[in-house]
Parts: sequence; C-alpha cells; structure tokens
Amino acid sequence: MKVVIDADLCQGQGRCFSIAPSIFGFDDLGNGVVLGDGTLTEETLELARLAQANCPEHAIFIEGDE
Amino acid sequence: MSDKPPVQDFATDFDHTDTAWVKDPYPIWQDLRERCPVAHTDRYGGAWFPATHAGVSTIAKDTEHFTSRAVIMEVGRPGEEALPAPIGVAPPITSDPPFHQIARRLILPAFAPGVINELEPQIREVCRGLLERFGDDEEVNASWDYARLIPPSVIRQMLGFPEEDTERFIEIVHMITESVDNSEEQRLAEFEPIEAYFVQQIEDHQANPRDDLTTFLLNAEIDGQKLSLEHVFGTIVLILVAGIDTTWGAIGASLWHLAHHPEDLARLVNEPDLMPVAVEEFLRYYAPVTMARLVKEDMEYLGCPMKEYDWILLGFPAANRDPVVFKDADQFIIDRAENRHVAFGLGIHRCIGSNLARLELRVAIEEFIARYPRFELAEPSAVTWAPGQIRGPRQLPLRILE
Ligand code: HEM
Repeated sequence: MKVVIDADLCQGQGRCFSIAPSIFGFDDLGNGVVLGDGTLTEETLELARLAQANCPEHAIFIEGDE
Repeated sequence: MSDKPPVQDFATDFDHTDTAWVKDPYPIWQDLRERCPVAHTDRYGGAWFPATHAGVSTIAKDTEHFTSRAVIMEVGRPGEEALPAPIGVAPPITSDPPFHQIARRLILPAFAPGVINELEPQIREVCRGLLERFGDDEEVNASWDYARLIPPSVIRQMLGFPEEDTERFIEIVHMITESVDNSEEQRLAEFEPIEAYFVQQIEDHQANPRDDLTTFLLNAEIDGQKLSLEHVFGTIVLILVAGIDTTWGAIGASLWHLAHHPEDLARLVNEPDLMPVAVEEFLRYYAPVTMARLVKEDMEYLGCPMKEYDWILLGFPAANRDPVVFKDADQFIIDRAENRHVAFGLGIHRCIGSNLARLELRVAIEEFIARYPRFELAEPSAVTWAPGQIRGPRQLPLRILE
C-alpha cells in the first residue's frame, strides 16, 4: 500500500510530519510531503493511518486502504 | 456588554460579546447545534453563525461566496476605498484569491517548521526569565505576568529588534491589540509613536541587514520588485496582531485547565512525552480564534437567506466541539489520539504562525510545570476572559502548592 498527499488539499497544517516523521516531511513552504515513494509496510501502515486521522484538511490518502 | 441589551435567544439574536458567551460559550454552541444550526442576529448590521463543523468548514473553504476583506466583526462595514480588493489592508489575512497566494507565499518560508524549530532554545530562555521574576511568590498571575509576555518577546527576537527594547515593545504591541475599543482618533494618535518606532527599526535594518524576519521582508520580492516600506510595515503589524493575543490566549487557557484538573497536570509532569498530543487537545478544546467573513452577494446558503455584506462569524472553536466529528467532544482527553481540530483554521488562510504557536505553547507549559509541578486556582471567581473574537483568560491568579 502507498500513502500520498493531495497537494491541492494540503494547507500545511503540519500534523502529519509531527505524528509520523518517518513517513512525512515538509517543503520550504511548510506543506507536507511524502518521503520516498510512500510504500507502507505493516508497521508504518498504522502510523500513516493515524496521521490521516489527524489531518484537518483530509489531504492524506492511503491507496488500497479501506 | 456595555449598553447593549442582553441576548434572550442566541439562535435569533446572538452576540459574541454578550456576558454569557464571553464567560462560557460552549453550552450555547451545543444548544445551537441541536436546534438551528446556523444562528442569526440583526446586531452588527446582520450576521450568521454556523455552529457545526460542517458549516464552518464549508464557508472557510468557499472563497467564491465569501470574502476575507474584513475578518473582525463590527457594526460598520469596511468602505469600498478602504479595500483595494483583492489585496485588503493586511495581506494575506484580508486578501482573497488570486492575490492572497502571492502575499502568503512571500512569508510562508519564514514560518516553515525548519526555521521555527530553531527558536526553541530562545523561547525556553524567555519562559525561564519570566518564571525567574516570580521569585518565591506563593501566588502568581499566570496569564498577565507569564502567558501575556511570551509571544511579544519571541516576536521581538524574530524581527531582530533590540533586546533592551523588550519592555517597550511589549507595551507598544499591547497598545495595538488592546485599543480596539478606543475611538478612531484616539487610536490614530496612539499609533503615531508606534509607527515612528517601527520605521526607525526598519531603517536600521536597511542600513544593517542581518539574519532576521525584518531583513527577510526587506529582501522579499513580488514579480522582481522589492516590497514597498508600507507593505513591510503592514506585514509586521499583521504578525503582531495575529501572533500575540492568540498565543497568549492558548497558553493562558491551557494553564487555567491544568490549575483545576490536577489529574491532567500530574500526567503531564510524569509523562513529558505526552506533550505534543496534549498540545493538540488544548488547541482543540480551548481554541482561541474566531474569524469573520463577509457575504459577497444575496443568496440562499446552508438554508439561510444571506444578504450581501452580512457577516459570517466563523467559529473554529465551535467546530472543534461538534460531536459529529469529535467523539466525546465536550470532554478534554489529554491523550486523544485522533484529533482533526481546526484551531488554526481551514483552507487557504490556515494560520501561518501555527508551527510557532505550537512551539510556544508546548515550551511555555513545559517550563511552567517544570518550575511548578503543583498549582491550583487561587480564586476561581477572579479569572476573567477576554471578550471578542480572541478568547483567553486575562487574569489568572494561581496558588503554588508544595
Ligand atoms: C494559538 C495561537 C494561534 C491561533 C489559534 C491562530 C489561529 C489562526 C486562524 C484560525 C487563522 C485563520 C484566519 C482566517 O481563516 O481568516 C489564522 C491566520 C493567520 N495567523 Fe494565526 N493563530 C495563532 C498564532 C499565530 C502566530 C504566532 C502568528 C505569527 C507570528 C500567526 C499569524 C497568522 C497569519 C499571518 C495569518 C493569516 C494567514 C492567511 O490569511 O493566509 N498566528 N490564525
């Protein structure tokens, strides 16, 4: 499974990269970016879901996740 | 307040400066959610208040039907000349698309997480210095003498204004943010020395550029053009107005909470790793900032007959208490894992200072509880709350316990 950030929805609220700094970083405007290609392992999936559940803009998507 | 008639029914005649709302707005909002959910008032020349997360979110993201050119609700409306639309008087907060993005991008890099995180030691220093001043006092005013003084000290440093001006700077800042009830003439007269001070600082930065926010603004360009001095000055004033009472309110409300929830205080003292999650819950539960919009044209919206120039009071704090989005919304849960709160707004105007505000809030609480692991309200009835769109305790006398 892969995690992506929809750059049109992201407003730089900053929740994802503080909750899951191993998965997300930020660009020089402070918007969230996915580190690497976003492929999730069993361990990182839970963390990615937690970041998703904390994004006020609903900008995080986990492809193939229900 | 003053000579205005008290509100009988908040659904049809709401007023955010009414004593009941200032003291404890949460039951009012819950009642509105159950029976409205968009309240109306004829006060302020006509205004609407969506009490739900869905209503707040829809309007915050809809820049086609609502304009930001005024964000503080008042009886008058900004005249057409006062608004070089779509720029507005205090870009980017009073700007609409497409100019909004230009003004916003200009200052975003200065507030990006990497830049802001570097300030942590300085902020800690500021907090410790203020705590130092309390000496052996057994009673301290945690809002007036602590929370209030942190944001201006931090911003003075960011702007690169002289350290020996700290007291003066704080005075100036509070003159700007607390003079809203004064007459226009009074405010203008008071503003003169303030303007002179800022111009002097800006000129000093032009002559001696250095690594700070003022120099950053002086070097910033739009379409290859340096910003005008007015623009630099305007942005500095915006940062003062947007960054000071807001953060003061958040720090103050959090300490107020801890003063009468000893179990939460003990958890934070014993489990410092909880801090980042706790900060988000403080922000959700005690969100200090309500903004406003103006309706652009007559329309039916969210089932309401809105008129051009009606206000929308955009209650991010009310959205944060909506049980549709937050489980046990009216309970403060210090380790709430899922927390999509909107204390910093939603959509294109998301608070530019959110990274800084979070850092200040976390460090201010950490330092306070490190110095005072146990405290309680000295006199609950002495606690007063700021009226208006920025909420937070003004007076917060605490008794320090052994
Ligand atoms: C806990 C503290 C704070 C809270 C709760 C807060 C809240 C907000 C909210 C809700 C907005 C959105 C306004 C709207 O939609 O009309 C906003 C915008 C803004 N805030 Fe903050 N704020 C805080 C601290 C700060 C700080 C410390 C700064 C800067 C030093 C700052 C600078 C700004 C600016 C420049 C904007 C305008 C952004 C734009 O229009 O694009 N804020 N803030």
